[in-house]
Amino acid sequence: MASWGEASESRLIGKRVTRLSGKDKVTGKAKYTFDINEPGMLYGRILRSETAHATVIGIDLSEAEALPGVKAVIPLIEVGNKLRYQGQEIAAVAAETDDIAKDAIRRIHVDLEELPHVVTEDDAMVEGAPQIREDWAGNQSEPNVREDGDINAGFDEAAVEVEATYHTPVQTHVCLETHGHVAKWEDEQNLTVWASTQGVFGVRNDFAQHFELPANQVRVITEHMGGGFGSKFGPGIEGRTAVELARITGKAVKLMLTRKAEHLVAGNRPSMTQQVRAGATSDGRLIAYDMKGYGTGGISSGAGFTGPYVYHVPNSRAERVNVAVNAGNQRAMRAPGHPQGAFAMDSLMDELAEKLGMDPVEFRRINDPNEVRQAQYTLGAQEIGWHRRNTVPGAGTSVKKRGMGVGSGQWGGGGGRGTEARVTINADGTVEAVTGTQDIGTGIRTVIAMIVAEEFGLETTDVRVKVGDSQPGLPSGGSGGSQTTPSVAPVIKTAAAAAKQKLFERIAPLLDAPVGDLRVGTGTIYVVSDRTKTITWKQATGQLGMESISEGGTWEEDLRQNGAAGTQFAEVEIDTQTGAIRVIKIVAVQDCGLAINRLTTESQVNGGVIMGLGQAILEERFMDPVTGRMLNANLEDYKVPGTLEIPEIKSIVFDTHRKVTGVGEPPCIPTPGAIANAVYNAIGVRIRSLPITPDKILDALAEKA
Amino acid sequence: MARKSHVQTTINGETVEFLCESRQSLLEVLRDELYLTGAKEGCNNGNCGACSVILDGRLVNSCLVLGVETEGKSVETIEGLADPDKLHPIQDAFLENAALQCGICTPGFIMSAKALLDSNPNPTEHEIRYWLAGNLCRCTGYDKIVKAVMDAAKETSA
Repeated sequence: MASWGEASESRLIGKRVTRLSGKDKVTGKAKYTFDINEPGMLYGRILRSETAHATVIGIDLSEAEALPGVKAVIPLIEVGNKLRYQGQEIAAVAAETDDIAKDAIRRIHVDLEELPHVVTEDDAMVEGAPQIREDWAGNQSEPNVREDGDINAGFDEAAVEVEATYHTPVQTHVCLETHGHVAKWEDEQNLTVWASTQGVFGVRNDFAQHFELPANQVRVITEHMGGGFGSKFGPGIEGRTAVELARITGKAVKLMLTRKAEHLVAGNRPSMTQQVRAGATSDGRLIAYDMKGYGTGGISSGAGFTGPYVYHVPNSRAERVNVAVNAGNQRAMRAPGHPQGAFAMDSLMDELAEKLGMDPVEFRRINDPNEVRQAQYTLGAQEIGWHRRNTVPGAGTSVKKRGMGVGSGQWGGGGGRGTEARVTINADGTVEAVTGTQDIGTGIRTVIAMIVAEEFGLETTDVRVKVGDSQPGLPSGGSGGSQTTPSVAPVIKTAAAAAKQKLFERIAPLLDAPVGDLRVGTGTIYVVSDRTKTITWKQATGQLGMESISEGGTWEEDLRQNGAAGTQFAEVEIDTQTGAIRVIKIVAVQDCGLAINRLTTESQVNGGVIMGLGQAILEERFMDPVTGRMLNANLEDYKVPGTLEIPEIKSIVFDTHRKVTGVGEPPCIPTPGAIANAVYNAIGVRIRSLPITPDKILDALAEKA
Repeated sequence: MARKSHVQTTINGETVEFLCESRQSLLEVLRDELYLTGAKEGCNNGNCGACSVILDGRLVNSCLVLGVETEGKSVETIEGLADPDKLHPIQDAFLENAALQCGICTPGFIMSAKALLDSNPNPTEHEIRYWLAGNLCRCTGYDKIVKAVMDAAKETSA
């Protein structure tokens, strides 16, 4: 059975290793898609709708085409078709400079017949609302219903009940590098595209299909990319447009989204509103759960969320619908559906615990079937100092009040088949590992080098890692679902082991020992039964002469495991005069399986916590019901966390087993619930709608008084 | 096409001449005319700090400065920070503290930190947090960035 070996035997695996690409990133040398400059390159721009709902009556491109420096103008929607949200693509230009492209966009004239729009869930669901999706009566999808047990019997058994409505608004991804591509046709049959993507091979296959090319004649390159968080899988309309403009002009074309377009069309986390009634028995067992909820993913479907979540409820019913509004499509966003569901569930758990007169952690212990989280509750409570929390929420007369809360999360992250890789040992001792995955900032490049270096007894800097390029034809899946490391690591490990075996076979005669007796040391290969027989790595590889060893690997299931449990504790301080909320500390206890690189794993946990904090207290897309436009499609009014909002974060990489589990998504799940519960503990009023902003706090305090 | 102006400026200690339209920002000049792509475009609106450079000793968002405004001035960008064989202590501290993930915000943070330490070699953590509040990062965890700047301050003021 394949194994990563014991911790005591590992020289690199599980240790803290500085990122391999770090030096390029701190010196500005790292080239992102946005940084690609090709000779004679043109700049692409897209004219987007400022109207939320309209029929296109006419498009006049002639004035744009006549502008000097403009090389191509193409329509992206046909006359007679409908525009269904602000930001939707109307036409595109390619020009010699970005400024000329902007000028050209302004010279495209569009005639529209405006149609009534709805941009909020409430407006979409009201009786007589304009129908904006022909297939959804009342702008709502068919309900998705899940039932378990008998909720009526469950409520009969309940000693306490809570009824509440929880809401989370639409959040946008805010990738700091916007979506975009640089497309270049090498000739009529060979296409190269630099893409800011989480899925090099997915983008390659999309282009191959759309432009009717053999897949191996499309090369997609993602050397570095500036954040995706689930929004950067397919090439999108902007990607196909860049390639089409490059095809028409015969020049390389760079087309990156503006920050405004990024908010409008490049994906978002759907909203959630759920009305829930739940009951627990007098001894603290969650016994019944009845939820009806909806969310909007814009004009598209996909607004699902979890519920009930994590905790065991024997009798439950959950009914969810998607609501269509005239806004850009949702896309997967870091643990899709989970943070919303977890916020509602963890709020509900605390409300029930209070009715039972029970400590929230105690109540969770009774109802959480996950053994890992059971241990995490103990560790997290110790670390935050749970005993210091208010026994009576909101107690005291001081202006600034502190409180603590807890939240939980669960994710998969077990990886899957579909990665091909090659590990090569050259005669000069150099080593290469190649696969078609991509490093989206999480550090897979370094992880690959660590695995190969461990196997060969080398240093990570001795391993040349090539990822983010479809050219060698070694596919790997998209970096989503926290799947990258558990999908890639086992294949790299087995490829390196196979290459090592081949090398051992070549040098065994030289060392006059059976192959099975050979081991790697640090930069050496030796005979385990006779340590005097040792040669250096370079002496060994020198035996290869003009040849090299190049081996592929297989995805060994025993090397990875699905399931990552997490628990977080938050401490907050509320200024009861101004409503200001300050998160003081977050303790994040996160099951990571075998964290191959502890340093970058911690960074992922920190990053997840910060994104969760943004969702909890800052982030919200505002739509104007009158104009149908997003009011905060920038980084001034759409607030993401900055240095001033960041609490002390204690990330605890919780070791459970020595199998690889992906951890990109789970750390953002428990944060909003933990913070919401801490707010309640501080001020004694519950805020059931995210983000928890000063105005909501002051309103809630006024209502209480 | 608008008429271009001739501009002479100093970039990272070297005299540089370029032609640009009066409406082109310093960020556009750096990235599209001079191929210095270390300063990033995150918002083109002065909100994210990814394009931070130092202009005559003062930290600026290069997306909010016109290229023609740099005539006779001195610009420092991330490309000029390290010696050929040695990283700047701030760069080292970012590496050591794992203060980056995707890294697209990193040059902006580092230039911002440089401007701070140039004027205030021993900042408190509070001062660092206030100073860096104009730089946004979506993936790392600002705590490691703040820690890196504190470490770099110790190194440079020692």
